[in-house]
Amino acid sequence: MEPSTLRCHSALTTNRWRITMKSFLLVDDSAIIRKLAKRMLAKHQYEFSEAENGAVALDICRANMPSGILLDWNMPVMDGLTFIRELRTLPGGTKPKVLFCTTECEMDKIETAMGAGADEFIMKPFDEEILSSKLELVGLA
Amino acid sequence: MIATDFEFLASFLKTNSGLTLTPDKAYLIESRLQPITVKHSKGDVAGLINALRSSASGDLRRDIIEAMTTNETSFFRDSKPFDIFKNEVLTKLIAARAAKKSLRIWCAAASSGQEPYSLAIMLKDDPRLAGWKVDLIASDIDTSILAKANAGKYSKFEVQRGMPIQLLMKHFNKLNDDTWEVKSEIRSMVQFRQLNLLEDFASIGTVDVVFCRNVLIYFDAATKGTVLEKTARRLNDDGYLFLGGAETVLGVSAAFEPSAGHRGLYVKPQRLAKAA
Repeated sequence: MEPSTLRCHSALTTNRWRITMKSFLLVDDSAIIRKLAKRMLAKHQYEFSEAENGAVALDICRANMPSGILLDWNMPVMDGLTFIRELRTLPGGTKPKVLFCTTECEMDKIETAMGAGADEFIMKPFDEEILSSKLELVGLA
Repeated sequence: MIATDFEFLASFLKTNSGLTLTPDKAYLIESRLQPITVKHSKGDVAGLINALRSSASGDLRRDIIEAMTTNETSFFRDSKPFDIFKNEVLTKLIAARAAKKSLRIWCAAASSGQEPYSLAIMLKDDPRLAGWKVDLIASDIDTSILAKANAGKYSKFEVQRGMPIQLLMKHFNKLNDDTWEVKSEIRSMVQFRQLNLLEDFASIGTVDVVFCRNVLIYFDAATKGTVLEKTARRLNDDGYLFLGGAETVLGVSAAFEPSAGHRGLYVKPQRLAKAA
């Protein structure tokens, strides 16, 4: 293969990689949790976006629907439950796999979250192994 | 640790549990035996080995074996073998046992119970098995880990590794202290028993499926071969053996051969099955 052809092939591969790269939205009012989750997810090579509440997260989803969402429950402005209920009514809003991630881990809370349209549920605190396991369960690993 | 102590401990473990302690695993000794040293008031690990060498009580011997046994596990660990079990193995066995409506499954290294409970959940939720008699036997060498398994109580970290939330909600009760308890209808499906894989397997009876995952890797080649041959004698001729992803029968024993297209699944060679 000629060097010029090689360069061209490489550029196409890079473009294709960018197009097919999965995007992940981290929604939590704690910047530390968002940072930790991002670090735990680093090996998956997602394209990340972040939101500190449900309202900001909805704006991001309207502009560019992500593949996966890690979603806190209790946040100022708009909580996680309100967010997911609104998300699921948006065009393309049933597409993202949503992992609720919260300290609210009583059985009735889990049932409420799943009933609202969550795909999986993570009880805080969590570690990398748990996050990877949950991603695998929803087909995002 | 001095070389003679290491050699003595390695020989003790090999003789009494089949575990092969290689020099590259020497780093594990201090951290795993330190709690046993404190429990038996032996000062340090060297003192513990000396006590073992002189006239060790049954408790001390058992505690050392249990401390050196690896108990890493999780619910639906590696997921793929459970898919193969449900879609391939169970489908064939349900057809083959349609008249008897009876199945016997053995988890040979059950550890803290996540594997047998994962299987119990799958079997309970499978409508094809309605009205069937299913025996699920789970054994391990380690009595303390079996006590945990039998209790069926897990931390929220343990229940989140591999367990889909819908199954957690369906088959567990949440206790007050962030502990999750396997529901009694699932717990009652599993019979836990202490069994050393170096000993006789006759008490297990004859089974249709054996899960023996991630245990042979701790044995030397000769012990692996012996365990596989004893396992084959417990398994019906059309039965199935699951090994861990890093384990194989190839070059170790002729009692089994790989099931084509299913990584980690093994069957008895056809010639043996027909001759039996």
